[in-house]
Amino acid sequence: MSVTVFDPDALDLRPSVWSRSLRFCRRQPLGTFGLALVLIIAVTGIFAEALAPYNPTANDFAAMTEAPSLDHWLGTDQFGRDLLSRIIFGARTALIVGLSSAFVGGSSGLVLGVASAYIGGTIDMLMQRVFDIVMAFPLIILALAIVSIFGTGVQNVIIAITIPLIPRCARVVRSAALVIREVPYVDAARACGFSAWRIILRHMVPNVMAPFLIMVTAFVGQAILAEASLSYLGLGVQEPVPAWGLMLQGGAEEYASTAPWIAIFPGVAIMLSVLGINLFGDALRDTLDPKLRDR
Amino acid sequence: MKFLFGLLALLAATLPARADGTPKHGGILTFMIPADAPPSLDGHKETTYATVHATAPFYSVLIRINPLNPASTDDFVCDLCTEMPKPTDDGKTWTFTIRDGVKWHDGSALTAADVAASWREIVHPRPGVASARQPYFIMVDEVSAPDAKTVVFKLNFATSAFLPALADPFAYIYKKEILDRDPHWYERNVMGSGPFRFVEYQIGQSMKGERNPDYYHEGLPYLDGFTAIFAPKQSVIIDAIRADRASNEFRGLPPSARDQLAKELGDKITVQTGDWNCVNMITANHKKKPFDDVRVRRALALAIDQWKGAPALAKIANVRTVGGVVFPGSPLAATKEELQQIVGYWPDIEKSRAEARRLLKEAGAEGLAFGLQNRNVDQPYKYIAAWIIDEWSKIGLKVTQKVLPTGPFFEGLRSGNFDVTVDFNCQGLVNPLLDIGKYLPHTVYEENYGNYEDQKVIDLYQAVLHENDSVKQRSLMREYETYVLDTQAHTIMMPWWERIVPIRSYVKGWKISPSHYINQDLGTVWLDK
Repeated sequence: MSVTVFDPDALDLRPSVWSRSLRFCRRQPLGTFGLALVLIIAVTGIFAEALAPYNPTANDFAAMTEAPSLDHWLGTDQFGRDLLSRIIFGARTALIVGLSSAFVGGSSGLVLGVASAYIGGTIDMLMQRVFDIVMAFPLIILALAIVSIFGTGVQNVIIAITIPLIPRCARVVRSAALVIREVPYVDAARACGFSAWRIILRHMVPNVMAPFLIMVTAFVGQAILAEASLSYLGLGVQEPVPAWGLMLQGGAEEYASTAPWIAIFPGVAIMLSVLGINLFGDALRDTLDPKLRDR
Repeated sequence: MKFLFGLLALLAATLPARADGTPKHGGILTFMIPADAPPSLDGHKETTYATVHATAPFYSVLIRINPLNPASTDDFVCDLCTEMPKPTDDGKTWTFTIRDGVKWHDGSALTAADVAASWREIVHPRPGVASARQPYFIMVDEVSAPDAKTVVFKLNFATSAFLPALADPFAYIYKKEILDRDPHWYERNVMGSGPFRFVEYQIGQSMKGERNPDYYHEGLPYLDGFTAIFAPKQSVIIDAIRADRASNEFRGLPPSARDQLAKELGDKITVQTGDWNCVNMITANHKKKPFDDVRVRRALALAIDQWKGAPALAKIANVRTVGGVVFPGSPLAATKEELQQIVGYWPDIEKSRAEARRLLKEAGAEGLAFGLQNRNVDQPYKYIAAWIIDEWSKIGLKVTQKVLPTGPFFEGLRSGNFDVTVDFNCQGLVNPLLDIGKYLPHTVYEENYGNYEDQKVIDLYQAVLHENDSVKQRSLMREYETYVLDTQAHTIMMPWWERIVPIRSYVKGWKISPSHYINQDLGTVWLDK
């Protein structure tokens, strides 16, 4: 007589990635549009060398402030640099700053938020007060202060944007982790004698990934905007690095009336990227949040 | 008939005054200062317009360029003195008589002792006290005040460079009692005897002054007061002028701003333009490798196409003329043919860049990456940087621009914490013999930031300064220039500036000069409202 043991893994009832993606597209058309925008910007940034028709930093004094034409689809700036090429390379700068700041800030906030919730007590209280202090400053103000200390440049801009994002993520993640801390499997892990870091990293962090991913998605958009703002204020990346905010800051102000394309196209690039990321982030939240999923 | 001609002559003589109208008293002048907060308020120490535009209205000077004829290079008039003296002792002694009845803003009397003490701090500052223009006065041996009304300058040697130097707009007269108590007091505080009294300073925001009722120039100032607003961003300045929140800025705006304001405001704006005794240079820090190697410094100069770049930049920035170390147009300035013999000015840019690559390879600095320190001022600093970074990329150099606000920028210059910097040489008056002192080593000229020692450049300078024959002086100037720009490539000259000042038409009594430092005490300015 043979005994058949029921193997739940053998009966995979979960839909495939493909069908889940199709379902996401069908249920979240705006989110899909946002994702498409994000992917286009990502591909543009990654393959900038292949896509850009001109060197984005090369001055061409024979083509200063030229209007959009067949030679220069989006026109040129006051140095005769091709705007399309600068926008394409600017996508790379935006992605580098946006993704780095969002992931480093988000990840640090994730670990600190979960640790704060798990440890609790005085340490939790102290950490939350520190987060309160940091969060008392608007993101751009804090970023300005940090850039003033460390100086300008891509690396410093990433640091400046990352630091204010940490407590924002930690605060949200902590509230989710406080619930998870009380569930039986965390008690069981503790009873087994696992270290605090193992419990935090192996058992709690994976269970707060949904709010974390939503936060990180939102952070990418915020970081791109913050980078553009810092560059616009002359405190972000510096010429001749192609960056959308910097493009708005340079000739855009000076030539707003005579060569408006210098301002319009980088502005459109910033708007589309932030719009895409926000739409995708909203859709992701709706999909991952069980309360909203079936609405 | 004679009477008719006499009448016509009288009318002609009064025309300039009538064109500007009869001055009116009253009103507050609000103008912009296109910079962050200056490093300090001490005119003796600082070299930036951010200091002089904010503080000149509070101070008196001994002599100055005629405020009604500031474009002149030799029309000097007394401010605190009673009349321009004639030198004695073969041109080596100058004796000035100080006006009666001049009061400090605290009500006490200003005497010759205050004037002499201030000049001693400029000419021979005590240890620990900075004097930015000390090198201008190497001809001065001693400044004394034998009595309460007399100040005597004794020179080591007679030179035509002395009188223009004495008219330096930063040479504020400070109160001796305060200087004796604390020579650094004026870095953070204001107390002068000029046309306006200090009211308020909000660091990096604004400076306010009110009319000095005890001012010694009869009937001046016309204004009740002024408000100077610090705003480094050009767009903010243009918006402020457009909206009449401010009447102008006195430094100079680029061609695009001039065109925009003239188009939008029509006859409500008046544009004054002129040559500008101001130039940016690119200075390598000789204490940092590989910039201690003259081959690398020469390569930096050779990469730049001045002849093509200057006319193009003139369309977007307030720079225009390719020149050497001397203000273009001065009899001592190099001709185009003379310049084209110097590294960085060769007419064949391909040959020039090939030589630059060869020198870099020879020096082991191919593909060199370094930081270019720059000041957070749009015009023309950032435009120049964007231009030369691209020029340098053509010989394989990888340059990152590091932009700093005015204060940290100067700190960076003074501490030597940079690889290569955008530097500047802006002078109060066209006085080439002194203006070229900028290229002397730091130990001789405090505002040189190249961090080099070079006795030969000092010797060449002394030769020019002591030479009174104009032909020989010009020849010696060429030697000095070639040595600084070519032989040692201590610095790289950028195109010289063009000054463009759009100003609300109701602002009268101010005239443009070749420098944005001079004629800034606002004593003769009035509002036609």
